Amino acid sequence: MSLPIAPKLSLRRFHEARWDEPIVFELNTPGERGVLVSRPEPDLLSTVGDVVGALPSSLRRKTPAALPEMGQMRVLKHYLRLSQENLGADLNADIGQGTCTMKYSPKVNDALIRTPSLTELHPLQSEDTVQGILEIIWATEQMLAEISGMERVSLQTSGGSAAIWANIAMIRAYHEAAGQGEQRDEVITTIFSHPSNAATAKTAGYTVITLYPDADGYPDIEAFKAALSPRTAALMITNPEDTGIYNPRIAEFVDLAHSVGALAAYDQANANGILGVTRARDAGFDTCHFNLHKTFSTPHGSGGPGSGATAVSDKLVPFLPGPLVERDGDRFFLDSDRPMSIGKVAPFYGVVPNIVRAYAWMRSLGAEGLREAAEIAVLNNNYLMKRILEIPGASAPYATGRRRIEQVRYSWQELYEETGITSEEMGVRATDFGVHYWTSHHPFVVPQPFTLEPTESYSKEEIDEYVAIMTEVAREARETPDVVRTAPHNQTVHHIHHDDLDDPERWAPSWRAYQRKYFAGDDG
Amino acid sequence: MTLSIGLIVNPVAGVGGAVGLKGSDGADVQAVAFDRGAVARAAERSQRALSVIAQTHPDTTILTAAGDMGEASVLAEGLTPDVVYRPFGSVTSGADTTKAASALALAGVGLILFAGGDGTARDICGVDLAGAAVLGVPAGVKMYSACFAVSPVAAGAIASRWLTGERLPVSSREVLDVDEEQIRNGRVHAVLYGMLAMPVVPGRTQSRKSATSGSQLGAVRTAAAGAVARMEQGVTYVLGPGGTIDEIARLLEVDGTLLGADAVRDGDLVLADATERQLLELVGAGPSKVVLTVIGGQGFLLGRGNQQISAAVLREIGDDPLMVVATEEKLIDLGGRPLLVETGDPELDAMLAGYSEVVTGPRTTSLYPVDAPESEGTI
Amino acid sequence: MTDTFVHPYIPNSVPAVKAVMLAETGATSVEDFYADIPAELRVTGLLDLPEALVAEQDLVSHVADLLSRNRPVAAGRSFLGAGTYRHFVPAVVEEVINRSEFLTAYAGEPYEDHGRFQALFEYQSLMAELLAMDVVNVPTYDGFQAAATALSMAGRFTGRRCVIVASDTNPDMMSKVLDFTKPMLDLVVVPTVNGSADAAAVIAELDGETAAIWVETPSFRGVLETAVTELAEAAHAVGALVVVGTDPIGLGVLAPPAEQGADIVCGDIQSLGLRQWFGGAHAGFIALHDDPGLVMELPSRLLGLASTDVEGEYGFGDVAYDRTSFAVREEGKEWVGTAAALWGIAAGVYLSLMGPHGMVELGETILARTAYAIKMLTAVEGVDLADDAPHLREFVLDLTGAGLTAAEVITTLRRDGIEPGVEIGTNELLVCVTEINTMADIDDLAFSLSALCERGAS
Repeated sequence: MSLPIAPKLSLRRFHEARWDEPIVFELNTPGERGVLVSRPEPDLLSTVGDVVGALPSSLRRKTPAALPEMGQMRVLKHYLRLSQENLGADLNADIGQGTCTMKYSPKVNDALIRTPSLTELHPLQSEDTVQGILEIIWATEQMLAEISGMERVSLQTSGGSAAIWANIAMIRAYHEAAGQGEQRDEVITTIFSHPSNAATAKTAGYTVITLYPDADGYPDIEAFKAALSPRTAALMITNPEDTGIYNPRIAEFVDLAHSVGALAAYDQANANGILGVTRARDAGFDTCHFNLHKTFSTPHGSGGPGSGATAVSDKLVPFLPGPLVERDGDRFFLDSDRPMSIGKVAPFYGVVPNIVRAYAWMRSLGAEGLREAAEIAVLNNNYLMKRILEIPGASAPYATGRRRIEQVRYSWQELYEETGITSEEMGVRATDFGVHYWTSHHPFVVPQPFTLEPTESYSKEEIDEYVAIMTEVAREARETPDVVRTAPHNQTVHHIHHDDLDDPERWAPSWRAYQRKYFAGDDG
Repeated sequence: MTLSIGLIVNPVAGVGGAVGLKGSDGADVQAVAFDRGAVARAAERSQRALSVIAQTHPDTTILTAAGDMGEASVLAEGLTPDVVYRPFGSVTSGADTTKAASALALAGVGLILFAGGDGTARDICGVDLAGAAVLGVPAGVKMYSACFAVSPVAAGAIASRWLTGERLPVSSREVLDVDEEQIRNGRVHAVLYGMLAMPVVPGRTQSRKSATSGSQLGAVRTAAAGAVARMEQGVTYVLGPGGTIDEIARLLEVDGTLLGADAVRDGDLVLADATERQLLELVGAGPSKVVLTVIGGQGFLLGRGNQQISAAVLREIGDDPLMVVATEEKLIDLGGRPLLVETGDPELDAMLAGYSEVVTGPRTTSLYPVDAPESEGTI
Repeated sequence: MTDTFVHPYIPNSVPAVKAVMLAETGATSVEDFYADIPAELRVTGLLDLPEALVAEQDLVSHVADLLSRNRPVAAGRSFLGAGTYRHFVPAVVEEVINRSEFLTAYAGEPYEDHGRFQALFEYQSLMAELLAMDVVNVPTYDGFQAAATALSMAGRFTGRRCVIVASDTNPDMMSKVLDFTKPMLDLVVVPTVNGSADAAAVIAELDGETAAIWVETPSFRGVLETAVTELAEAAHAVGALVVVGTDPIGLGVLAPPAEQGADIVCGDIQSLGLRQWFGGAHAGFIALHDDPGLVMELPSRLLGLASTDVEGEYGFGDVAYDRTSFAVREEGKEWVGTAAALWGIAAGVYLSLMGPHGMVELGETILARTAYAIKMLTAVEGVDLADDAPHLREFVLDLTGAGLTAAEVITTLRRDGIEPGVEIGTNELLVCVTEINTMADIDDLAFSLSALCERGAS
């Protein structure tokens, strides 16, 4: 073959890195060192003597921990190889992770935070020396207050679910302060709300009443009325729910909750399509939360750290976790003197690297840019929906023919009935083309689900490529189902056998447990 | 449990539907159907399921019954039949289904595929299957039972995974049947006939955000534990039929009857398999509640299946006579359709209609709509 | 700003592209998509936010200017701890966690994110060796959450409500634990004696209602508890568990709590390769023995090895999947959400680099420098050690004899560019010494403190 080169195929010939890398313990070479540490000065040692020997014998470790011994470059190589065996948002069109808003995390924000002026700050050093970061925290809170319409914001929680927890903890404290803590022992949520709403409420000691969707996919308002009572502490609800359907009667739900003395908490994990379009407070909510690692662009870090923002109306301000950053003229300070506060929800002041990234992201966009981000996220989503629904066997249950906000929970049920290929198998095969998708929380309300959220970050070409991959995998399900069933084929590893993971006799949650269960006695 | 698969085809399943009948139960109806030109579809359905197996495991031997009852379908898909039962004559009956299931169980199969409808499931659920799991290939007219795959191909795909040696969890599923004569008269009364163990495919990926759906057993236990947690001292609880209620009896460590009505008080069994008269007497003696679950996929709470738990018994209990228990999945599977009560007493039905609390766990409930189809217009 | 610009983060703002996509959906404008949002809930006009800094250069100069108003303390001249610690971070750690592939991955499956699963499994395994326990979770939010969860697990496991707090705990952590465990636990604090757990008093509190004894070692005051074995034996005799909070940084030389009878060990991993980040880089670990009953109470993710279709290939998956809140919603154990996986990967890289000998040497160095600081600082007239227990990294100075308050010491020494510690009582200063604080740094601190004592508070 010679030049010119034929045009690219319509589908990418992807293959993920396959380094076949051993487990780090198998790289052990006794005597090698990865890094050397600072040793006590001879004079210091002669002053203090044998410090380890001076410890009570019961406090001394008898044998060094069985960590691997490795040269530095081998450690580096090992982890860089593992890094290549991942599909981060920087590498794939990450529109398949619906509900998680896998938008672009700008590199400039990563670069900005890697300064000793941030990394080397201790949280208890003099306030005079941390004015810059206090201002950033304060200003970030202010912007989020404006975006939510709420009175005050706390950035102290480390993730979305932790922020939901802070919300229910404040609601609990609010009712206790009003002498109604014991009376109000129920929380109402919906099946399409994120499961953490129900889970945090239950952890806080509440009985949870779950509402199911009516035929249109909206939470059943008549059931809600029947569930409300003087026992109701709160409504905890997502809107738009994970279907991408916006509940137009949301203010009515909030009013109904208020009519029995309950508060209303808004899970705004799905806020990306409504930034600058509609606000939690305008619908009457008493509290809401945002995920800075979703809507406000901070990277997902392989599963955290995220960062949560908790926004409250004036009646909940006294209960916010502390301390709060306050402003006095040009000076910023920390206020810990807040007797009604629920106290600490995490160490110190929040996930600082992510707060700075979110601040920078909002500053880069401004009010107009935020609105544009929301609108394009919604345009991308409706465009994607149009294209996905052209694939035979795909559907979008509930609210047929209506528009969606920022995401859609689709169903492969028709394809499954026709081919026996499950949504999960489809998803695994899609990885062979370098993309990923997520099905749904359990229990599956939509059968054979997949949830897509294109955000504002992906270009039309990328969305089209994603659709082409789904189309191809659906075609394979019909024409060569075994290719799908036996996937993945172009991945780091092959089909995984899960049975051992559920059997306490056989599971191996660490290398140590694996050695003990399967190789004990091999080396005498 | 062995990996081997058995197949039973009910050759006349579904013949009624295509020609406007509401079912295909009984030789008379089948004769009418064939007179109207009906074609049996069970064979074709079973072949579609087998085609998946033929693709993934072409060398598989399928244990089956002779001729139309399975052997022909197996041969048609190029698989190897091993005939373990031969019906007499050319017209098969429900008794043949029962005998074939027995023979497959005796031969030690791990999974029995059957192509048919509710009637066929009913014929199988009375058999001692020696631990074999059962999976319905939908081919009947009536399929109120919860033991069917969503399509023949889906059944084939599940069977194919079974053959690969995956340890698929099994879930206890209700076998329901309705009186066809009644449907033809526009009424639906489902009766619970028993339970079958159906394999389910658990979701195993998606680990970051969710967990397996193979935990249906866990969900049943959670719902049952919720009912137990809500039981009050001194109150008599009449346990209705169904798998979830059976789990309550298990948690209370009493010997309940799956299809009958039992009564417990303060953790002890006070009546097993009670008659209506016994129940009337019992609930008249002190505070009582009836514990019911959702039966099958149609949302039945009360119907002719619980004849002992009669309108009179419920009236005797007074206001708020029910504790409804169900897994979230059961409610989800209703797809927004309401729960149904039908006691034969339209006025009572109307009283029970509206929104009912449904216990889904020790700290969780739902408010779910309840309809009373028979009571329309009574209030 | 001109009225038509395309933001670099929003490619489909290009008018022509937008028009094509709108046409494809059959919408006339983006407004069509918002039809379900009632007019009275709509924001009119634009939000009131600071003006956009759309040029990357302008953004950089603005944020860099704000950050430049921060003044980190020079290495070695900070003796601040109390939950966030300054330890040395090897370069390879940050090289790895700053990789796009790890930084921007999230919830892929064990196929396309095999590397993430392996790195986290290795983190669990490395921690397991250090802690001498078989089961370590994928990190939860922070050490506070780890403690709250570990105690809740003990409550669920034993079916009991009472937790006896034997050590001095970080008051902020206690605040979190109290609020979190309120529905299910009652905490009884047994005051320490001379900085250490009062074993006899704790044991006297034990009864059939006790879910757990909670020990922190090193404690908030840097005390290494010496009675863990004794407490564990007594707790186990009444069917209670022992929950030990610790910082793994000392475990190169210190006996793992599990070897002293701990049933659940928890803590924070910020010391293992994470910078201080103004207190914003924490992650919590919870470690257990491989006891299915307790594993089922663990709410966090737990990864395990699995075989694949190919011989010799490692696969991964979630161990005992049904535990999480995602499995059965509110019937689950607490919840699973985005927590702190990247920090776990960092700690794994850190431990791989350090190896067994690095952890031993680091432990020796910290112990030695702690001992030296205690010696030098208490040599100052009027300055006493608040207790005579063994210490790792932190200790409390009692300034009463010098007639000084902690606040006076802090304010004055800050003028010398030294952060001498954290005020935890009027006359009590919590001082932290790590491998970063050299002999010279400690001498400087002692000199400044001594000078202050001589001239009295100014």
